[in-house]
Amino acid sequence: MSTTSNPEAMLVLEDGKVFNGRPYGAQGATFGELVFTTGMTGYQETLTDPSFARQIVVQTAPHIGNTGVNHEDEESRRIWVSGYVVRDAARRPSNWRSERTLDENLVADGIVGISEVDTRAITRHVRDKGAMRAGIFSGTEAARPVAELVEAVRAQEPMAGARLAEEVSATESYWVEPADFGWEGEPRFTVAALDLGIKGMTPQRFAERGVRVRVMPADSTLEQILAVNPDGVFLSNGPGDPSTADVQVELTREVLDRKLPFFGICFGNQILGRALGFGTYKLPFGHRGINQPVLDRTTGKVEITAQNHGFAVDAPLDGPVTAPQERFGRVEVSHVCLNDNVVEGLRCLDLPAFSVQYHPEAAAGPHDAAYLFDRFVDSMANNTAAAQTTQEG
Amino acid sequence: MPKREDLKSILVIGSGPIVIGQAAEFDYSGTQALRVLKEEGMRVILVNSNPATIMTDPELADATYVEPITPEVVEKIIAKERPDAILPTLGGQTALNTAIALDKSGALEKYNVELIGANIEAIELGEDREKFKGVVERSGAESAKSIIVHTMEEALAAAKVLNYPCVVRPSFTMGGLGSGMAYNEEDLHRIAGAGLQYSPTTEVLLEESILGWKEYELEMMRDRNDNVVVVCSIENFDPVGVHTGDSVTVAPAMTLTDREYQKLRDIAIAVIRNVGVDTGGCNIQFAIEPDTGRVVVIEMNPRVSRSSALASKATGFPIAKIATKLSLGYTLDEIPNDITQKTPASFEPTLDYVVVKVPRFAFEKFPAADATLTTTMKSVGEAMAIGRNFTEALQKALRSLEQKGSELSFDVPAAEEIDALVESTVLGSTQRLANAQKALLGGASIERLYEASGIDPWYLDQLALINEVAERIRADKDLRPETLRDAKRHGFSDAQIAKLTHQREDVVRGIRHSLGIRPVFKTVDTCAAEFEAFTPYHYSSYDQETEVAAHEKPSIIILGSGPNRIGQGIEFDYSCVHATMALRESGYETVMVNCNPETVSTDYDVSTRLYFEPLTLEDVLEVIHAEEISGGVLGVYVQLGGQTPLKLAQQLQDAGVPILGTSPAAIDLAEDRGEFSRVLDRAGLISPKNGTAVSFEDAKKIADEIGYPVLVRPSYVLGGRGMEIVYDEANLARYVSTATEITAEHPMLVDRFLEDAVEIDVDALFDGTDVYVGGIMEHIEEAGIHSGDSACVLPPITLARDTLERVATATRAIAEGVGVRGLINIQFALASDVLYVIEANPRASRTVPFVSKATGVQMAKAAALIGVGETIASLRGTVLPAQGDGANLPKGAPVAVKEAVLPFARFRTPAGRVVDSLLGPEMRSTGEVMGIDHHFDTAFAKSQAAANNPLPTEGKIFVSVANRDKRNIILPVRALKDLGFEIVSTGGTADVLRRNDIEATVVRKVHEEGTEGANIVDMVEAGEIAMIINTPSGGDARHDGYELRAAATSVGTPVITTVAETTAAVQAITAVRSFPWSVASLQEHEATLAAARAEQFSA
Repeated sequence: MSTTSNPEAMLVLEDGKVFNGRPYGAQGATFGELVFTTGMTGYQETLTDPSFARQIVVQTAPHIGNTGVNHEDEESRRIWVSGYVVRDAARRPSNWRSERTLDENLVADGIVGISEVDTRAITRHVRDKGAMRAGIFSGTEAARPVAELVEAVRAQEPMAGARLAEEVSATESYWVEPADFGWEGEPRFTVAALDLGIKGMTPQRFAERGVRVRVMPADSTLEQILAVNPDGVFLSNGPGDPSTADVQVELTREVLDRKLPFFGICFGNQILGRALGFGTYKLPFGHRGINQPVLDRTTGKVEITAQNHGFAVDAPLDGPVTAPQERFGRVEVSHVCLNDNVVEGLRCLDLPAFSVQYHPEAAAGPHDAAYLFDRFVDSMANNTAAAQTTQEG
Repeated sequence: MPKREDLKSILVIGSGPIVIGQAAEFDYSGTQALRVLKEEGMRVILVNSNPATIMTDPELADATYVEPITPEVVEKIIAKERPDAILPTLGGQTALNTAIALDKSGALEKYNVELIGANIEAIELGEDREKFKGVVERSGAESAKSIIVHTMEEALAAAKVLNYPCVVRPSFTMGGLGSGMAYNEEDLHRIAGAGLQYSPTTEVLLEESILGWKEYELEMMRDRNDNVVVVCSIENFDPVGVHTGDSVTVAPAMTLTDREYQKLRDIAIAVIRNVGVDTGGCNIQFAIEPDTGRVVVIEMNPRVSRSSALASKATGFPIAKIATKLSLGYTLDEIPNDITQKTPASFEPTLDYVVVKVPRFAFEKFPAADATLTTTMKSVGEAMAIGRNFTEALQKALRSLEQKGSELSFDVPAAEEIDALVESTVLGSTQRLANAQKALLGGASIERLYEASGIDPWYLDQLALINEVAERIRADKDLRPETLRDAKRHGFSDAQIAKLTHQREDVVRGIRHSLGIRPVFKTVDTCAAEFEAFTPYHYSSYDQETEVAAHEKPSIIILGSGPNRIGQGIEFDYSCVHATMALRESGYETVMVNCNPETVSTDYDVSTRLYFEPLTLEDVLEVIHAEEISGGVLGVYVQLGGQTPLKLAQQLQDAGVPILGTSPAAIDLAEDRGEFSRVLDRAGLISPKNGTAVSFEDAKKIADEIGYPVLVRPSYVLGGRGMEIVYDEANLARYVSTATEITAEHPMLVDRFLEDAVEIDVDALFDGTDVYVGGIMEHIEEAGIHSGDSACVLPPITLARDTLERVATATRAIAEGVGVRGLINIQFALASDVLYVIEANPRASRTVPFVSKATGVQMAKAAALIGVGETIASLRGTVLPAQGDGANLPKGAPVAVKEAVLPFARFRTPAGRVVDSLLGPEMRSTGEVMGIDHHFDTAFAKSQAAANNPLPTEGKIFVSVANRDKRNIILPVRALKDLGFEIVSTGGTADVLRRNDIEATVVRKVHEEGTEGANIVDMVEAGEIAMIINTPSGGDARHDGYELRAAATSVGTPVITTVAETTAAVQAITAVRSFPWSVASLQEHEATLAAARAEQFSA
């Protein structure tokens, strides 16, 4: 609302559009791709999702920070968004699990934000014009001439062509153990999970099903993966343009060649797509929210999903096809988004490999797609059984 | 899965009259359902006894039965129509209970009718509390600890286990009727005792107290492919302990993390699956312990509800419409989202705004009632507001209530008042929110208020924020732009700002407009702007970008009637909806402004554009401005939405807004006693002697002059608010000092009260040249009972032809004299064959829908068209019949009886006794029903059955009448005796009956000495009396018989309080005993009437 001549904070878009507001979180200047997310709950999970690296996130839900921040709902060790745009920031959090305010958390992590802007107007602009580069400027930074700020925004690297997974990935491998998540008894399987920006809930979902997870850096080699003797390989979500992930695409092909059960989420879906020989492309403004309807074509049922993707796989929707990389056999689009028919999942018919573009780990978001973790566990079980049969035979 | 091809005809059961807990929202959902069924090519059959609904418009169904919703009557309809299926989930608990009864009686099987959208097992699992607990457990969730009881002894034992306080909930009642919180054994006796009576299965559940926990509700949809979505989450501002219908509620939930929200969602989905909700909508309520997050499932409703109407309006997701499609076999992913057009309905709406609903109460109508809010719903209506933040939405919602003091005020309370204010927030009350805000203003801490009230600290902080903004406004008398923007951003009205800065409201508005500070209008689009919206459903906010699209045709703005209240209910919404329908059909662009989420008018596709806004001058002017700058405004209708828009007429005209239809000057003329009596004089008409008083001395002088009894009331009221019959000077003094605020601007009116007069109501149209009398209604009760509470019949059954002609002539003279363009309602009284004019209202009245349904003529549509230049002559043959009118109905025209439905059973005094049910000049009914048949007797019987007061056909009838009625009661009582009833009586009445050779069993009055014989109150309470005939005498004696009426109210015994009604009842009972009811649809009645009219004019 503040339209005074000397605003305290500004959101500046690369097309020259400016929104004046008030500083939120840390003060200073920040840059990123401007995207909006429509979830009404789960701001803490959103902020700590590594897939949001180098993005300025607009929350369409007007009240943000109401439930404060706690240590349980973090999806990673820090906040990843490069900037944060909200309408009404909570003055006082209220929740039995709240440990501190969101404002404090943003300041602690040095995240520059802006509040009291017309988030709906910004969202409509992004929807109509597409995701674009932007900057938030507050404090002394907001006093600079607007033309200069627009120039600064335009000087930033665009998201298309950005390689970010390595930037957000863990640098050291670590184990996530079933026993820490209520699993009683011996672990059933071991999964090697490539961290391209993994969220904490993902290994937890495996662990809850009795699966040990070795979370490994984004640049891990096949040898390093095989060294943990995995029953399956998992590729996580993550930020950036999938067309830059040649290393992971090659790695995936090697995993597929070995017929190791494979499961990918989000970035992992795009990498499986590329490994099979499909292309990827950038969506105009992406899918970000926790209300996206996806049709599971194998069951005909609709699941409400959490999504956060700006890129998608370009694969034919009608029926199974032979993968462009023919050695991987037939593949089908297993899931589609009912809003716009974007590919939301791939399934190999001749290999134990599948992936989804959305987030079955769902933090934040509904748990409708949790069955996919069971599917992967079944896939590893079948593969092990088959291997035993082969050995015995 | 596409639509089922085996379904060709569907019977929809409506919800009947508007009562507390089951109101206009079921007209909204039912109307959506009928539209869908028609679109899908079904033969649609409807039964609903409520004529004031859009759903009973004959064009919405193939066969519309305005008949009592009882299993017997619905079975007759099934036998006649032979539908393939019944859709029972859109008519509230009434429809659901009727469907269960039809299943139990074997009627469904007999006629091979399927229930769609529900199955009996699921309904029973959802509603039977013990079974439901099992479902919750199987779903991996918890219920509050509870024990089912069937007797008072069991209840007392159970309470020992659960400890006090404990919750008492009767099974299978609607709106929480009969439930309450028992703090001790005495409470338990009272609440559980009544609960056992209300429950059709004599079953009551006692439950561990979760008082003070956070309360949430999820609105869900499920299709036959087992796809489930959450349409909306709703959080109660009040913690558990206040019925959700009586609580301020907020959507979406504001104080849940995603983990907690997803937990509720998971439980809700598991419960729906385990209950086996077939397809459609349902809601689930949860309580969360604030310190631990422990979740308890409270209950679920396996049907469309009040909350689902609210959720539909709050999100733009039309639950009833989608539920209907699902019941036909579609799945969610096959149904498009109307708003985005491109995306399917299989998604969960996401909001980028905050919705606040506030209840509207009517305790002023029931001064004896305990106004503490409990788990029994007591509100009669609600307002909803949408804002871009909570403070904006809350303040808009509060001013939408249109009640004095409903907006927050900022007089800082004195330090010594703080304790009392904090203490007052412990229990739910109509003042809880305001008192919390005042206490904060006075310096009480959020922690302290949280401790006392259990209201979440986040909400309390929002109230504190409002207070801080108020202080900034107060400190800035010059109203700098920053201050004004800040104020508007948090929902302050110009009026509030004016009060804080001691200026006039219009001055504040002037400053604001000169600074260019105006609201923008955003869109409710289900998706937080992710997709383009194609439905212009707007709300105002002080934000940056407006979304009102340019329009080529100037718009016609229809102002709605705001929250439902006693005296201004669904009937006015009906007229608004008809106007927008007629105008759109004629090619106009219409704009609806209203803030009532229960109604059809606020459905987003009823008008060209919908603005969900408060109906204050400020908010309406801003809508008009937005429409003006986006394409122009042709004019505004103020005559359709009752008193709410009418009182804005002059100010709107002063602001340069064209008023369509009757001019503000004409409206004023009808309200101004002096001017109006000059109109009557010119026409040679008379009104009861009267005067206007601004003080007791004035009033006394007038009363002395015209003679007691006098009817006194404030001017400019609807529903007889504050109206009383005063029999002597002492009571006049009491009235002046206590009942009203009388000022020079708002004087009181003093009229001679005509005892024993027949009251006559007329609805008519006037276009400047011709008059069309829509209908003449004869009241069954004598004058003195508010017309809204009185039964009436159309056409009149005892008025002579010349009387009707006098009424028609007078109607024309008044309409012409006042200068009406559109609708006028006139009340007459006939005493000793002299016709008096009581009052005239140049607007749509409460009886417009009744008249329209009874005569098959859409009066409100005609009125709207007259407002844009059509004439009665030009409407003849289309909207109006080619010949004749309602003053002159042909022989053979059907007879329609309107009966009021009263809410007395809902209210208790603080001591736990029922409030008095005696009718008077102040309206207290919440709704109405219509009985229609070929003759008066059966039509009256139907109206009584529909109003849940079925006349008995056997048993004991208690008779006790005032002295003046003793002569007139002899014949009807003899007739009852001859019909085989046993007559029971007391004292003087018994003597008179005995002397006339009518043997009566004599019983004791309540306070009569002696112990011999039974006491009548005990007999009523024991259910031994089938009907009571008790006419109170005038003066103080009107308050006699309270004990008797209270007993009757609490057990639901029909009570007749006038001789006229006694006579009608005797006729009806005679008819019912002689032959079975036949049912006929409105379409059949219309055909009969059309044929009779043809004959009338061919002769």
